[in-house]
Amino acid sequence: MKTRIAVTGIGMVTALGFGTETNWDALVAGRSGVRYITRFDTTGMRATIAACVDLPEDQPGEPLSVSARVERMGEAAIAEALAQSGLSAPFGGPLSIGVPPVEIEWPQRSSFGAVTYPALIEAAQGTVPLYEEFLFGGAGTRLAERFGTTGVPQMVTTACASGGSAIQLAIEAIRNGETRKAIAAGSDASLQPETLIRFALLHALSTRNDPPEAASRPFSLTRDGFVMGDGAAALILEDEEHARERGATILGYVLGVGEAADTFHRTRSSPDGLAIVRCMERAIADAGLSPADIGYINAHGTSTPENDKMEAMAIGMLFGEALPPTSSTKSMIGHTLSAAGAIEAAICLLALQHQILPPTINQEDVDTALGLDTIPVARPHTFRAALSNSFGFGGQNVSVVLGAAD
Amino acid sequence: MRRKVAITGLGLASSHGEGRAVHAALLGGAAPVLDEARFAPYPIHPLPPLDFAAVIARRELRQMETWQRLGVYAAGLALDDAGLRERVAEIDLVVAAGGGERDWALDEQILAAAPDEAGRHRMLMDGLRPTLFLAQLSNLLAGSISITHNVAGSSRTLLGEEVAGAEAVRVMSARIAAGTSELGLVGAAFTSERLDMLLLYAMGNQLHRGPWEPLPARQGMVLGSGAAFLTLALAEGATAPIAILSHIATDQGRPEGRPARLAALLAAVPQRRAGCLVISTASGAVAPTRDELAALGVAPDLFSADLLGHTVEAAFPAGLALAALAIAAGTPQVLVTGAGQWRGEAVALLERPGLLERTA
Repeated sequence: MKTRIAVTGIGMVTALGFGTETNWDALVAGRSGVRYITRFDTTGMRATIAACVDLPEDQPGEPLSVSARVERMGEAAIAEALAQSGLSAPFGGPLSIGVPPVEIEWPQRSSFGAVTYPALIEAAQGTVPLYEEFLFGGAGTRLAERFGTTGVPQMVTTACASGGSAIQLAIEAIRNGETRKAIAAGSDASLQPETLIRFALLHALSTRNDPPEAASRPFSLTRDGFVMGDGAAALILEDEEHARERGATILGYVLGVGEAADTFHRTRSSPDGLAIVRCMERAIADAGLSPADIGYINAHGTSTPENDKMEAMAIGMLFGEALPPTSSTKSMIGHTLSAAGAIEAAICLLALQHQILPPTINQEDVDTALGLDTIPVARPHTFRAALSNSFGFGGQNVSVVLGAAD
Repeated sequence: MRRKVAITGLGLASSHGEGRAVHAALLGGAAPVLDEARFAPYPIHPLPPLDFAAVIARRELRQMETWQRLGVYAAGLALDDAGLRERVAEIDLVVAAGGGERDWALDEQILAAAPDEAGRHRMLMDGLRPTLFLAQLSNLLAGSISITHNVAGSSRTLLGEEVAGAEAVRVMSARIAAGTSELGLVGAAFTSERLDMLLLYAMGNQLHRGPWEPLPARQGMVLGSGAAFLTLALAEGATAPIAILSHIATDQGRPEGRPARLAALLAAVPQRRAGCLVISTASGAVAPTRDELAALGVAPDLFSADLLGHTVEAAFPAGLALAALAIAAGTPQVLVTGAGQWRGEAVALLERPGLLERTA
């Protein structure tokens, strides 16, 4: 019998606000966090909207770097989760966190007045704070040191599946007996001009800029791409006995995780849908459940024509006639990329706690061919287990099964 | 009950070339292959021509730059070395990664034009190749390995410079030991011929300037292009294990605690036998290298960075691969150590298959 992994703290930051309560209220109300981007100039860009988390440190013309925003949001989410769990820093267990790759950005690159790389390298010599800001391991390490986590912080990047992979690494460490508690998190702030341009060049983004709130419309006939989102979430995970021994309130459980790599294409799922089916199947089996036990699916549901079609097909293949109600909360918070797996697992836990299904908004023209109950409006529902899907560019797929507290 | 983990295949590519024989020949010490002019004052160990097109389909090659090509190539070498081509569908993959190459020419055009913000965005929109993003994304080295070699178990990518390379091996090894995976492919690639990487490390004052010097005499890192992938499997039942990975441990914390963490990591290594070889993957970065050498007490037999240059995420996997080659050449036991240029420490102990079983 596997140890059950209890969740004793949840923290969340999205474009809907800071804190799980704020987020849950907005999600149930069907509010959108998508708006026009104001922290940089979007003149001439195909996509000019995102689910932005702007911070007081953002100055006109000098927005925070990806790395700095990842760190700020990650800190807020972890601090909230830790406070709820009744634990405090130094945490004394490991941190697994989904984070985006970072690099020096244009405001820094162009700040030295150099016009060639050799000149830039000489001019930038010894600007140690920038080096520390833009190391791949920089932001995650600062979070680890801020909260006193143990060992090497696992900074995982499996693109849009990173948050799910982080949960998986953390529960593996607990099940292996390496630790009795861990922080699993995700934080992403990839929204900077060059990333927005790169995604647009791949035709991955919605260009339905007006009105912004209607752009992210998973499972609709007029879905035309995803909307980038900033966000972070953190879960405090413990083996159940550890949580009970210290008298912690158990908010829910991470019952199982499954992953499956797709060898078909960098940005598309295999047309047979089998890698996604295998991924969901493995997660449900890891939880010791059968598909009939899943009462709700929080879909990857990016609002791209391709993903939503493939995901609906794969859900149909696995669940047959008895499709669980399925929503994509990306309709409200955008696609938070490396954080999505953690944020959406947190949303599943909140849904299980409240016994309410969060909606997919913008369903005026639902794509009925997909055959899903997409939950256009939040509604009460009695269920014990939920499935959260995350499928990444590069064929990295992770599904997580969350369970209600007893 | 922990199961024993074996290294069953090696995929190595570096400035010296590719494969086991080329790299086994380095173990007695060898002159470095250098390019001291191209990025002067920073010497680097350049990549030799490798026949990427022989193993990577043309349409896939177009979506990668050198970093991904090199990693995909070395991963393929490891699969061939282990004879695992028939079992790729069940292999779990863990990659330690930085990111892929930028378009330096476009960057310099923009720097020279010094446009306003909107003008800069226009130059990026007009100038960036759409596929370059896929070559840059950190997790797409693993993605490209899955696509090219059909590796279809799980796939994970860890960020975080040197210690990510060690942590990747530790995580994969722990899964096999715990029975949640049967076969693993783990490793990393690094290209030193990259202006964007030189910029990052120069900002940290981490690069050695001037003529090449052996590691203990360096005042910073001398980067090298290289990739190292290992296949890991359960020792029991492995048909031709190269070495037993009998111990691997990592740690990380603030720099002031590094000497104590290194001492604790070394103290926890199982007993070293007479004839135990010590390979250090020290980066050359001043303070961590000093702390690593002090913790070891005696000079290592080999610095991997002397032979290959410092390969960042690939440095620890490359150290393990060199250690496995030493075991294959008859050394009974090898200790591999490393301290990241900024954060992170790791140790591993490799032993000759059979040696362990006799004394267990």
